Amino acid sequence: MYTQALNNADTDDRNIEDAERSAQFQARIDVDDRIEPNDWMPAAYRKTLTRQISQHAHSEIVGMLPEGNWITRAPSLRRKAALLAKVQDECGHGLYLYAAAETLGTSREELVDMMLAGKSRYSSIFNYPTLTWADIGAVGWLVDGAAIMNQIPLCRCSYGPYARAMIRVCKEESFHQRQGFEIMMTLARGSEDQKAMAQGALDRWWWPVLMMFGPPDKASQHSDTSTKWKIKRFSNDELRQKFVDATVPQAQFLGLTIPDPGMKQNADGNWEYSAIDWDEFNQVLAGNGPCNRERLAARRKAHDDGAWVREAASAYAEKRRQRSALQAAE
Amino acid sequence: MATPNVPLWEVFIRSRNGLAHKHVGSLHATDTTLALQAARDIYTRRGEGLSIWVVPSNAITASDPAEKGMMFEPAESKIYRHPTFYDVPDEVGHM
Repeated sequence: MYTQALNNADTDDRNIEDAERSAQFQARIDVDDRIEPNDWMPAAYRKTLTRQISQHAHSEIVGMLPEGNWITRAPSLRRKAALLAKVQDECGHGLYLYAAAETLGTSREELVDMMLAGKSRYSSIFNYPTLTWADIGAVGWLVDGAAIMNQIPLCRCSYGPYARAMIRVCKEESFHQRQGFEIMMTLARGSEDQKAMAQGALDRWWWPVLMMFGPPDKASQHSDTSTKWKIKRFSNDELRQKFVDATVPQAQFLGLTIPDPGMKQNADGNWEYSAIDWDEFNQVLAGNGPCNRERLAARRKAHDDGAWVREAASAYAEKRRQRSALQAAE
Repeated sequence: MATPNVPLWEVFIRSRNGLAHKHVGSLHATDTTLALQAARDIYTRRGEGLSIWVVPSNAITASDPAEKGMMFEPAESKIYRHPTFYDVPDEVGHM
């Protein structure tokens, strides 16, 4: 049970750092114990996880926008139904993750407000536009493929609620990647124009997807403590390499060309990719990607337009509560 | 303006295979009707269950993790509560 009420009991000492308790905490992590919401944890562990899980949740919610863009223009009823189900799943994933983040003591409302105020990030990948139908294929195949690569190790993360949310998310995510690959395959086997559309989408998404795994290991600021706490089980570069190795044969199967002429397979069988343009990544993180302003504006509008629904639901619940209190008094 | 908080609920689902209701997660809703509908949408999109319970989170009383040693110790030392404590010769067969 992850009630906020229960968590309030230890608010007095939850932010105090304590060497003895920290050592006990690390010892639990070292034997692969799961940390649960009401257990003692270092303030920095709580803060790191609140940041990571809430950003993960925001990413699921903002991630609905580039795909939602094509629901009304999907080429067939089958594709439309699948895309709608996928976007609904992303919403569900966001909600599981907000629920996991809340167990650390910050309410969902506060977390959402931070994202709307631009104080909390979401994945940089969702600041790229979905220009053609093929982009929906590429997003499912590559973006969800990369997300799965990231999320599978998180199923064994030291924080119980996050690990449990990830297990659920990963089960649902595999349909997303397969539906994306199927879209790409259909286009790649279609007319010359359709094949060119698929290639164009791969060209646009390949590098941003490699950036999804985060900065190279030598530059990542969060990795060391996250590894010690078993929040992170593999480094950014390790996951990126796994993704590339899994994806190259899939692109070959599709008959599409990865937009990296310098790419070659080394003696170990790993595909070596060319240098990633980290300036582009930093620009997108700084708010200067192709769609940053549009995404945030769309989220703010949806939140503001929904205010009356939240108010009406609260007012109705309050009216019912008062009525039943009156009846009880009679 | 800060968004006001909406009450938290815990969701329990009974799956098809006849097992008991099992905790699956939490959600926010203003009342029981909306909590049940949200639970349906969030936790049963793939036929996960045939019955849903929603319980206000603050109605749950939980054991204190700090006292789990004391709480569960009595069960730790009673190995005679398990079938493997008792010797039954192999020739007796499965029991």
